[in-house]
Amino acid sequence: MRYIEPHAHMVSRVTDDYIRMVTAGCQAICEPAFWAGFDRSSAAGFYDYFSQLTEHEPKRAAKFGLRHFSWLCINPKESEDVKLAEEVIALIPKFLDRPNVLGIGEIGLNKNSRNELKVLELHVDLAAKHNQLILVHTPHLEDKLKGTRLILDVIRSDRRIKPERVIIDHVEEHTIKLVLDTGMWAGMTLYPESKCSPPRAIDMIENFGNERLWMNSACDWGISDPLAVPKTALEMRRREHSSELIDKLIYQNPMKFLNQCGKFAL
Amino acid sequence: MTRQQVLDLYFMDARSKLIDLAAFIDRVQRGNGNTDFRMDAFKRALAELSKQEGSRAEAVLLAFSDPTTDPIDKATTKAACGAWPAAR
Repeated sequence: MRYIEPHAHMVSRVTDDYIRMVTAGCQAICEPAFWAGFDRSSAAGFYDYFSQLTEHEPKRAAKFGLRHFSWLCINPKESEDVKLAEEVIALIPKFLDRPNVLGIGEIGLNKNSRNELKVLELHVDLAAKHNQLILVHTPHLEDKLKGTRLILDVIRSDRRIKPERVIIDHVEEHTIKLVLDTGMWAGMTLYPESKCSPPRAIDMIENFGNERLWMNSACDWGISDPLAVPKTALEMRRREHSSELIDKLIYQNPMKFLNQCGKFAL
Repeated sequence: MTRQQVLDLYFMDARSKLIDLAAFIDRVQRGNGNTDFRMDAFKRALAELSKQEGSRAEAVLLAFSDPTTDPIDKATTKAACGAWPAAR
């Protein structure tokens, strides 16, 4: 089995997780910038984080033969403070030329507030100006449906953004069609307690097809499983899906999307 | 897959989860005091399971969702609680 982990927060994981992932067939890991579990006190904290994502973490992954790529942004959970967000966004361009940076992400919304929307628009503008791919986080639980609609409206209203260069992550049964109908990609996040389970992800593949879809573990400091993608591949096998389809979902599809960034190479 | 194969793969897991749900409802009922909007949403979601058409998973998710379309003025918390408080 070979697979790409297109969304994992490895700064929160131990080195043993790299060993387990590469042993399971992982070929590359992509790490979006996210919330640390606490609010950073200044833009300087983000500068250090972006340095960690673009300098230190690729070296840690390389020790196990893994390519490590990253996405940069200020995450929606820290977007209520627009002034801080503007300072952080101003830092991002100087990191965009780094060899492992794929684009802007994971941007989006958390509680669907006006300030979060404003910061989302700033990020979309940044991506458009620098011709970057976009990875979007959709809100949790009861906020997901509304947040997904608001996010799609913002992205569609910017004519500079090509939908096929955007992935909307954490879709579930009530949002996946909204996303795919726009021409954007959809990511299914495999969590033990929320988002979607492996059987439900496979249900969505069976119901909505296998184009413009990927699966990720989004493993972080919370309850999550860095091996969720290969475990879902095993579940697909139990459901009698072909090896070709499994490879398409867990390797070829993320490869196809990520290859739109010239720096993604295995 | 045939329905028989689906049952062979998932029946025991679904049975276990159904009993957990029943035990959760019993546990809430045994407790003191009032429930809140979360239990109201939970009951609405449960009702979706017995419907004969459409996606039950989607309907359950919609039963817990904020259906409004305007952004809120300010985020006063970072967390989601699983059900939309304004639904009654």
